[in-house]
Amino acid sequence: MNSVMADLSHAWPEVYILTMACVLLVVDLYLTERFRFVSYLLAQVTLLGAAMLTLGQMGGEGTAFTGAFVHDAMSDILKLFIYLVSAMVFLYARDYLKARNLLKGEFYMLGLFGVLGMMLLASAHSLLMLYLGLELMSLSMYALVAFNRDSPVASEAAMKYFVLGAIASGMLLYGMSLIYGATGSLDVATVAQAVTDEGVKGQVIRFGVVFLLVGLAFKLGAAPFHMWLPDVYQGAPTAVTLYLSAAPKIAAFAMFIRLLVDGLSGLVADWQQMLAVMAVLSLAIGNVVAIAQTNIKRMLAYSTISHAGFLLLGVLAGTPDGYAAAMFYTLTYAIMAAAGFGMITVLSRAGFEAEEIDDFKGLNSRSPWMAGMMALIMFSMAGVPPTVGFFAKLGVLEAVLAVDMVWLALAAVFFSIIGAYYYIRVVKVMYFDEAADESPLEAAVDTRIVVSANALAVLYLGLFPGTLMAICNAALGA
Amino acid sequence: MQEILTSMLQWLRFDDMESVYLAIPLAPLAGAIVAGLFGRFITRGMAHWVTILGVAVAFVLSLAVFQHHVLEGAESYNGTVYRWLSTGDLTLEIGFLIDNLTAVMLLVVTFVSLMVHIYTIGYMHDDPGYKRFFSYIALFTFSMLMLVMSNNFLQLFFGWEAVGLVSYLLIGFWYKRPTAIYANLKAFLVNRVGDFGFLLGIGAVLLYAGTLDYAAVFADAPEMAEQTMEIFEGSPWSVVSVVCILLFIGAMGKSAQVPLHVWLPDSMEGPTPISALIHAATMVTAGIFMVARMSPLFELSEAALSFVIVTGAVTAFFMGLLGLVQNDIKRVVAYSTLSQLGYMTVALGASAYGAAIFHLMTHAFFKALLFLAAGSVIIAMHHDQDMRNMGGLRKYMPVTWLTSWIGALALIGFPGTSGFFSKDSIIEAVHMADVPGAGFAYVAVLAGVFVTALYTFRMIFMVFHGRERMDEHTRGHLHETPLVVTGPLVLLAIPSLAIGWYTVEPMLFGTYFQGAIFVQHENDVLFELGHEFHGAGSMALHGLTQPPFWLAMAGIATAWFFTLAAPGAGETVKRLSGPLYRMLVAKYGFDRFNEVVFAGGARAVGRLLWRVGDRVLIDGLVVNGSARLVGWVAGRARLLQSGYLYHYAFVMILGLLGLLTWWVVA
Repeated sequence: MNSVMADLSHAWPEVYILTMACVLLVVDLYLTERFRFVSYLLAQVTLLGAAMLTLGQMGGEGTAFTGAFVHDAMSDILKLFIYLVSAMVFLYARDYLKARNLLKGEFYMLGLFGVLGMMLLASAHSLLMLYLGLELMSLSMYALVAFNRDSPVASEAAMKYFVLGAIASGMLLYGMSLIYGATGSLDVATVAQAVTDEGVKGQVIRFGVVFLLVGLAFKLGAAPFHMWLPDVYQGAPTAVTLYLSAAPKIAAFAMFIRLLVDGLSGLVADWQQMLAVMAVLSLAIGNVVAIAQTNIKRMLAYSTISHAGFLLLGVLAGTPDGYAAAMFYTLTYAIMAAAGFGMITVLSRAGFEAEEIDDFKGLNSRSPWMAGMMALIMFSMAGVPPTVGFFAKLGVLEAVLAVDMVWLALAAVFFSIIGAYYYIRVVKVMYFDEAADESPLEAAVDTRIVVSANALAVLYLGLFPGTLMAICNAALGA
Repeated sequence: MQEILTSMLQWLRFDDMESVYLAIPLAPLAGAIVAGLFGRFITRGMAHWVTILGVAVAFVLSLAVFQHHVLEGAESYNGTVYRWLSTGDLTLEIGFLIDNLTAVMLLVVTFVSLMVHIYTIGYMHDDPGYKRFFSYIALFTFSMLMLVMSNNFLQLFFGWEAVGLVSYLLIGFWYKRPTAIYANLKAFLVNRVGDFGFLLGIGAVLLYAGTLDYAAVFADAPEMAEQTMEIFEGSPWSVVSVVCILLFIGAMGKSAQVPLHVWLPDSMEGPTPISALIHAATMVTAGIFMVARMSPLFELSEAALSFVIVTGAVTAFFMGLLGLVQNDIKRVVAYSTLSQLGYMTVALGASAYGAAIFHLMTHAFFKALLFLAAGSVIIAMHHDQDMRNMGGLRKYMPVTWLTSWIGALALIGFPGTSGFFSKDSIIEAVHMADVPGAGFAYVAVLAGVFVTALYTFRMIFMVFHGRERMDEHTRGHLHETPLVVTGPLVLLAIPSLAIGWYTVEPMLFGTYFQGAIFVQHENDVLFELGHEFHGAGSMALHGLTQPPFWLAMAGIATAWFFTLAAPGAGETVKRLSGPLYRMLVAKYGFDRFNEVVFAGGARAVGRLLWRVGDRVLIDGLVVNGSARLVGWVAGRARLLQSGYLYHYAFVMILGLLGLLTWWVVA
């Protein structure tokens, strides 16, 4: 009994979220349409409470459930950011869903289960826990993509996502089984020990790592396992795309660290090469193909692919500095992505999806403030100083240069320059083109305030990146 | 006089000289700021009062400085006012070097400026840009004072560029006139050429001396004289020669020496007070002043001195010739200015720096006088400047006529006038100099005397004497100009006539410039001349027997013959001299050459770079080409995204296989 309580003491936020998600499911049943906002409030309260719990146990460390669950500095930070980003997503999504009669408790219920999955990923310390977290997150996301049942596009996207996701999960699971077979354990620490002790002998374990990497790359959306991403981002309701694009990236980063760094650091020389190939492919495909897009959701999907490439660069450096840079990159990317898709929901209204880049035409004349915010986000994504996107890229490039992989850094910079084109095209369209429709924006005040704060955070973190960088360094022992 | 000044200074609480030095440039600056930035809030009267007050304060304080340094013989002052920045060993400061050379420049600048300020009230009376004009000329006075008071090259350059800027603004003062815009652009561009040399010279000073402070540089000069630099392989050049020639190129731009003289005649597009102040009396003499200030450098380089004397001689003679064929009254005076600047430059080249500054001073008075008199005529003629429409103005404008005669006599160097003392000294100094090129220069300046007299009196006779050629309407309105115009004329006529008597001895043969100007003993022609000098009176008497006087008389007689005695004879000469006349009218083709070769060439190169370099190579190939390539690749690559599930799955499998293969191979 004592030991169960000790285990739970590390996992209170997870327990709380699970409970509250179930409560929300039940409460929602008894709400009439008029009181649907209660579900929204309940979801926000849940995230707030979880944040309090996580903050309360900050500084503590330990493992629970016979080593399957780990609680450390990194898991705390990542979870906090997962709450923060999800809370913003819930807020941005509210009006969008309401305008389309989609404001249902299921959205928040599924969203919270997804958050729980991400939290498990952040704290996973055994292959099994990792898989559980991943599936919990993925299943919620498949369902969310299909949330608008009447939309054939969304259903198609969900179908693709589900089938491809299942293939990826299968590969991941196959890789895990190979590793289990080679090392005889599911525990990350034991696997790490076994890999280091036995060196890199045995084709089996290598085979396992390849399959594992494919699964990871799929979840992150790195090329060549990115094919699902543009279709899903475009097909899903914007509110769901928003959800997909932000917090799960943090979870994916956690997955990379837990598996590759905590578990397979003995094989760093091998996975480093594979990640390098995937990183360059992601940068190339993401940045180049984005140029040909006219749909802004699709364009941001390709942008996600290129950002995944950058994130991989930090991880593959194989040094604590590199991991910290990758973490900084992930966290700031999640914030930027939330702001970017949030801006699309702000521009959308009943019966109108601001999905095309052309819909941003002349935004400056309709709302100079929002145009300014969007410009800020685009500049940050392109990596223009003094926004945070610049420092994120700088940190990653420094880490890559520190391990003498100059060609990788050059390739990254080269493709970033190409990528700058399509970000700045959005800015150009907003400021220099005539607006096609002059109707004022309809977004609610709180949404506007938060989206502005979100965009300004991009600037603030760019001007004062020190604190967040220090947090990342501390979390990864750099 | 001295007591009044002293008590005034005490009343103003200027107990130490440093605050006096500081107040001299700042007083006109304050006036410029009030009239320029706050012009909207003040009346026209306030605009001229505030600027005149500023310049008047500067003039009175300059008198105090003159008294302190020259009459009381105080030590020269060299101090820092403000340290701008310090980096490594280099310190950039604003500072003042006040000695006898500065003192005389201060007096000349502030006096002429004050006269011009007063005169402007009358000349610009109806101009809509009245306040702007006063703001500009006060700003000019500030810049010029900063230039002459500087103790380092940086501040010199600041003043140099600032006077250039104001000159540019004032030439184009009537900015709606296309000719004025053309002229100020031309002045700006030509000065750029000179300033580029000047800046290179300053750079070379910094490179070899490591400092920009005059005193430190001059102390280093002998060392510099022994160093050589190799710009082209195998031909070592003396550093000090290179530095001096580069600095002199700057002077050539500002002081309008051939071939950088082309801007000065065109600058007459500006209002006449400006022509008097900037393009005759002060700014154009900045180059002369600068070379005199740099005498410790120039003295070490015979090559540079030779270059200076030849340039000056060419300017003095050939630019004078051009004055003969001009019909615009201001342009005649302008070419005469070019020629006189040539005389000063010749004096510099002959190491007679004192004579150059002396001529600078007398020239400032009589040339400002001539310009303002020309302006007075122009006012009376309702802004018609063509001398062919004038004649017989003497009886309508007696004051202008008399002062113009005084100015003209001073210009041709009639014995006893201020111009005589300075010009005669230059001619004698050149005669004695033995720097290479001095022989040629002597012939040029001597012949120049005849030319000067010819064009000057051609102008005087055409304007004031002979038949009245203006139309009836203009003749009906002819009358003497108001007191604000004639007053400055009279005030300038006095020094034009008399100042030589008092200053020739101390400035040329005395110890006036000791410590301010440095001359090698073997170059010191003025010292040699001093042996033959026995007072101003005997010099004037002696002048009556000398060739320059008779050449000048011959010039006047020729002018009289062609304008008054036989007005038709000029046409015959024109016909007979054919190509020569056409060459003079074409101003030796400098303008045409610049337009075709430099302006045309630059535009052709620009067009080539634009069409081939920019549009085809950079825009077409690099910028648009790479963009098109990326766009093409993007267009192809998006086709991979077919939307079919099995394609996507297939790509995943391929990726997996690829990684596995890589793995096995590795």
